[in-house]
Amino acid sequence: MLFLPKLINEEGLRIDGRRPEEMRKFRIEAGVLKNADGSAYMEIGGTKVIVAVYGPREAHPKHIALPDKSVLRCRYSMLSFSVAERKSPSPSRREIELSKVIREALEPAIFLEEFPRTVIDVYAEVLEADGGTRTASITAASVALADAGIPLRDLVAAIAVGKVEGTLVVDLNGVEDQYGEGDMPVAMMPKLGLITLLQADGIFSSEELDKGLLMAKQAIYRVYEAQKKALKRRYLEIAKEVSGAE
Amino acid sequence: MPIYVSNRQIIVPGEVIAEGNYNIDGDFYIYQRKFFSKIIGLVEVEGNNIKIIPLKGKYIPNIGDVVIGKVIDIGMTNWTIDINSPYQAILQVTEVFSKPTSVSRSALSEILNVGDLVVAKVIAFDFSRDPLLTIKEARLGKVTKGTLVEITPTRVPRVIGKKGSMIKMLKEILKVEIIVGKNGRILIISDDPERSSLAVLAIKKIEREAHISGLTDRVRNFIMNKLRG
Repeated sequence: MLFLPKLINEEGLRIDGRRPEEMRKFRIEAGVLKNADGSAYMEIGGTKVIVAVYGPREAHPKHIALPDKSVLRCRYSMLSFSVAERKSPSPSRREIELSKVIREALEPAIFLEEFPRTVIDVYAEVLEADGGTRTASITAASVALADAGIPLRDLVAAIAVGKVEGTLVVDLNGVEDQYGEGDMPVAMMPKLGLITLLQADGIFSSEELDKGLLMAKQAIYRVYEAQKKALKRRYLEIAKEVSGAE
Repeated sequence: MPIYVSNRQIIVPGEVIAEGNYNIDGDFYIYQRKFFSKIIGLVEVEGNNIKIIPLKGKYIPNIGDVVIGKVIDIGMTNWTIDINSPYQAILQVTEVFSKPTSVSRSALSEILNVGDLVVAKVIAFDFSRDPLLTIKEARLGKVTKGTLVEITPTRVPRVIGKKGSMIKMLKEILKVEIIVGKNGRILIISDDPERSSLAVLAIKKIEREAHISGLTDRVRNFIMNKLRG
């Protein structure tokens, strides 16, 4: 018989003891890399992602440049040691697809038309994967873009909702993602209330979709507040240090 | 019609600055009659005037800017200059000599070689083509001595200060010559290596603490302490 873990217990708690609408503990930090123009680090439960942004910079090779706007290039990649079994470092089908998905989630937020003939590069590296790597990458990437001083309409925050044993849950972890019945990542520009990414894998009824979106929205606002704090923290720390020295 | 920010507050992209009749200077956009910030920056509020000062960003050439560039390539009749920007600049031979001259390619490298630094002025730029530079005016030309410091281009106005107060102070108490390029490259010329390295430290301090008020006094105290010690 196939062994299936019990994902929701009698008390309605999830495998890691969370309530259905509860997110994992998370932390966002901006400006973690010195050599990149902008960078951010995000940790959510067991998932760890670091994102570096370069640009706008000169387009190489030259023919990819567009005459009227900047080109956004994204690369999502998982490090060899990010999963239990060593992952080959060459980009897999899944990584190539996620790179495209992340690019399309970020593109509507950026004023690309302000920098014609240039490229903006976003590199998302997954240090450790435990579910929700694409949403963590999007969240961290928008912080890194803002940190690089690139003009944005709004930050982009993302979270996944899913269905586990018939219950809608927020922020799936690795096990829930693997054995659950559905997974729906959502990315939003929270201040503008616009959705930039909506994927769904599994079967959701239309009521579940509505409820899931609402749950995702609430979680996204929490992520958004943390993003803003992370961006401001660095500058406030310098201010504190200076006023402390006087 | 409210203002949603306080004076000298740090703002991030997507934050609402104000709603209604205000004069806003800087990187913002309007959506549903509200002013949103596009960038991470600092707001200065003075009555109805709001100014957004960017904290980070790349240098975008502007006609009339004095920049410090580095020669990266030599063409048939021009040099390609890196000006610390997403756009590479072009320096034509005609913008180097005032008289019409015919020079061969090898002669170009004798005038300016790869790796040389130049103080130049932007004479044309419109995003559709690379910016053009000139070194025909006074105080422009090849850099022969000095120390180069690179800072975030958006903090250059702080190095200059209000009506040049900061740079005047630096020049006076350190007795060094300072040439500030709008692209975030700053040249310090002095015969005393100690004074020029002190100037480098002072500029780095300005860059780091650009968003905190009372900067000129703090930098003055910093230099005075170092000079005494």
